[in-house]
Amino acid sequence: MTHIAMPAIDEAVIGRRDEIVAGLVAILGAEHVIATEDERRAYETDALTAYRAVPLAVVLPGSTEEVSKVLAFLNGTGAKVIARGAGTSLSGGALPSEDAVVLGLARLNRIVDIDYANRVARVQTGVTNVNITNAVAGQGFFYAPDPSSQLACTIGGNIAMNSGGAHCLKYGVTTNNILGLRMVMLDGTIVDIGGSECDAAGYDLLGLVIGSEGQLGVVTEATVRILRAAEGARPMLMGFDSAESAGACVAAIIGSGIIPVAIEYMDRPAIKVCEAFAHAGYPLDVEALLIIEVEGSEAEIADLIARITGIAEAFKPSTLRISQSATESAAIWKGRKSAFGAMGRIADYMCMDGVIPTSRLPEVLSRITAICEGYGLAVANIFHAGDGNLHPLVLYDMNDPDQLEKAELAGGDILKVCVEVGGCLTGEHGVGIEKRELMSEQFTQVDLDQQMQVKSVFDPGWKLNPAKVFPLEGRPAVSA
Amino acid sequence: MSIAAPVTTPDDEAQLVEAVADAGARTVPLAIAGGATRLGLGRPMQTAESLSTANLTGITLYEPAELVISARAGTPLAEIETTLAAQNQRLGFEPVDHRRLFGSQGTPTIGAVAAANVSGPRRIQVGAARDSLIGLRAVTGAGALIKSGGRVMKNVTGYDLVKFLAGSYGTLSVLSEVTFKVQPSPETEVTLVLNGLDDDRAVEALSTALGSPFSVTGAAHLPAGDGDVARTLIRLEGFADSVDERMKDLVALLAPYGATESLDADATRTLWRAVGDLEALGAPDDAAVWKVSVKPSDGPAIAAAARAAFACRVVYDWGGGLVWIATETGGFDAGAAVIRDAIAPLGGHATLVKASDAVRLATDVFQPLAPPLMDLTRKLKARFDPAGILNPGRMYAGV
Ligand SMILES: Cc1cc2nc3c(=O)[nH]c(=O)nc-3n(C[C@H](O)[C@H](O)[C@H](O)COP(=O)(O)OP(=O)(O)OC[C@H]3O[C@@H](n4cnc5c(N)ncnc54)[C@H](O)[C@@H]3O)c2cc1C
Repeated sequence: MTHIAMPAIDEAVIGRRDEIVAGLVAILGAEHVIATEDERRAYETDALTAYRAVPLAVVLPGSTEEVSKVLAFLNGTGAKVIARGAGTSLSGGALPSEDAVVLGLARLNRIVDIDYANRVARVQTGVTNVNITNAVAGQGFFYAPDPSSQLACTIGGNIAMNSGGAHCLKYGVTTNNILGLRMVMLDGTIVDIGGSECDAAGYDLLGLVIGSEGQLGVVTEATVRILRAAEGARPMLMGFDSAESAGACVAAIIGSGIIPVAIEYMDRPAIKVCEAFAHAGYPLDVEALLIIEVEGSEAEIADLIARITGIAEAFKPSTLRISQSATESAAIWKGRKSAFGAMGRIADYMCMDGVIPTSRLPEVLSRITAICEGYGLAVANIFHAGDGNLHPLVLYDMNDPDQLEKAELAGGDILKVCVEVGGCLTGEHGVGIEKRELMSEQFTQVDLDQQMQVKSVFDPGWKLNPAKVFPLEGRPAVSA
Repeated sequence: MSIAAPVTTPDDEAQLVEAVADAGARTVPLAIAGGATRLGLGRPMQTAESLSTANLTGITLYEPAELVISARAGTPLAEIETTLAAQNQRLGFEPVDHRRLFGSQGTPTIGAVAAANVSGPRRIQVGAARDSLIGLRAVTGAGALIKSGGRVMKNVTGYDLVKFLAGSYGTLSVLSEVTFKVQPSPETEVTLVLNGLDDDRAVEALSTALGSPFSVTGAAHLPAGDGDVARTLIRLEGFADSVDERMKDLVALLAPYGATESLDADATRTLWRAVGDLEALGAPDDAAVWKVSVKPSDGPAIAAAARAAFACRVVYDWGGGLVWIATETGGFDAGAAVIRDAIAPLGGHATLVKASDAVRLATDVFQPLAPPLMDLTRKLKARFDPAGILNPGRMYAGV
């Protein structure tokens, strides 16, 4: 089918399927173990839908203790374990294998405690990202990292992927907003890392676990930082005739000492599709569109907008529109946040996630276009311009195996360019299976060995989500 | 305090790799030093030789428009700060200078800022040093040169060893080069001062300020002492008009806490440097000094427990969540049992940042970890430094 290889399937585990299912039922009861093929199929893929595998079984534990019992049991069976939040991973992070049990966190969906005085909330990891903000919004607070998938994705998935969002330019990504975790290791041991205070004691295990793509343990609870929201926020739209002007404008704004909460970029193909979907009032006659958002009090917003438009003038924007109402602001953001969905209505796409130094923006964008043209594919670009995190959407037709392969090759070439200019393979979606074999573009084998040593400490038998992150070649023998 | 001779001082990364590999081959434990300003921090070590990064100097990349700077580990912090200031930028997490605290002479280096995760008052708003650290190169105890992260603002490629190595005090690797994200410096800054509050009220006032939409970048409390009245300090930064407006709003918000005064930009700069450098802890000479991290509302209870048991001076930062306690009379364990017993039911941790060698030998300097975490800690140490030659025992016995 496609050219991303998967590790060998352990047929012996598959042979013990009934026994394993019976053991899981004994722990959780039949209602929380999904064993029929039809129902298991619902878990065969994530948002990287080109890859699928029906798992051995799916379990839905309801507490940390149940997660611990399930893992301790599975640890003895040889089955692999894939933790799963909402399955919105774009890199195949939650993709199972036929010899793996999927451990879904959907029932761990409680907000345990909200502490406004100390500006933290304790949540179970199956809680969706947006529900944290919803729970604290009444008091004027919010949880800062806001992936576009925030209506669906879980905080557990965010922790595994160290997810970002449009507003992380100012507020940081997941790892900057988590103070404590409860995690269950494959042998069932429950560990509490950090707490509600700053800078957890000892080595920074929080930093290690966040972004480890579900390979070190199953995270069941988290203490997240909640922040008081600014008094108000306002986006503005700026259209430019060229990527160069848009890129230079972004650099000038940041160089002037202003860090807007968000600077989002869309190119012409992306603008067209998003506008058709969201009717956000995006200009259709520009090569590059920036959505720049500032926040603060009315006076601060007015002041920042004046400064930014003053800076932008030098780059001759062909459109410059400041949102005049809450409705207009919502429409502007709806267009951006539904961009991936909107693209999905017109074509299948591979969503790349490379990061580049922002000064290389125009050059890299034209190379991306050239790469895709070389494979006969179209591309649309939607991304976080302030931090150089690109999301080229390589468009293809999923029903054409040849096109899928070309899209993957184009994606690989794009990411190599990102690394070549000083950037990296992934800024927020994670390596998953998608970028696994490209890791050697960015890292030496020595670098990778050191990371794999970490995996081996937490998961000596390489059973937790093992198909991901590290190239299949060069792994420790035990992982085979 | 000086480091154990002989001292190897590599001139470049290749020599650094060689020096570590050589010590590994001979199984000679090394004390790792940058500018040697914080050698008093940690458990006393039995090291026969030392390795200094003092000659690994120089800024290797600075792109103001991309808010990023890279430097070799031994580069003086002062050089970084001067270079950034020339472009009106700064390290957001506000690294503090511990020379006064330790009575040390050396030159603080950027590598040590990363290795000890040194953050100042602005940590409460922008995060710790580790949050601004986006890339590094390091030599493990096995003599392997590794890199993690990079020079771009967002990066989730592979495990985040950057965070893991930050704050590991040279026990896992010797940092060779570090990359930080930087911030524009604000146009101006001011401080709002509340006078005469007791600790509980002060922390409440700080929480109110930090829970407001006014972007507080410093929240400290200096309790009354030696005839001085208690001062509760709240800092705002930004464009002048915005700061003025937020200051007015904040004054109104904090009216229930009594009269306020405000300090201008110059006074604010001097004051917060003094807060970060712990001048309010008084003469540090013979004092044992604790750094306690708890949730802000628990800060006053920790201080009260310490005060009830022994004479001490206390400074609160980070909205009350960082409690510095200095004592000459804490007893043989410098008050460890009292402080850690007070923390136990609440959550948090205490580090004995400074004390005599004898006390630091007899007392856990870093917060003892729960058994599963200690187990992970030992196993991870073994994977980064299998022969145990890098700062052995500095954080925990056998680590
Ligand atoms: C339309 C769309 C827009 C998106 N926009 C963004 C964006 O703006 N920014 C961004 O960063 N990402 C974005 N994503 C990617 C995705 O939403 C994130 O990676 C998200 O964090 C995944 O969360 P999830 O709950 O769906 O996790 P899943 O997809 O279920 O799992 C992702 C990974 O996390 C692991 N995992 C899940 N839960 C746990 C747990 N409790 N313990 C241990 N490991 C766990 C899984 O094993 C897997 O490796 C987008 C995706 C889509 C489809």
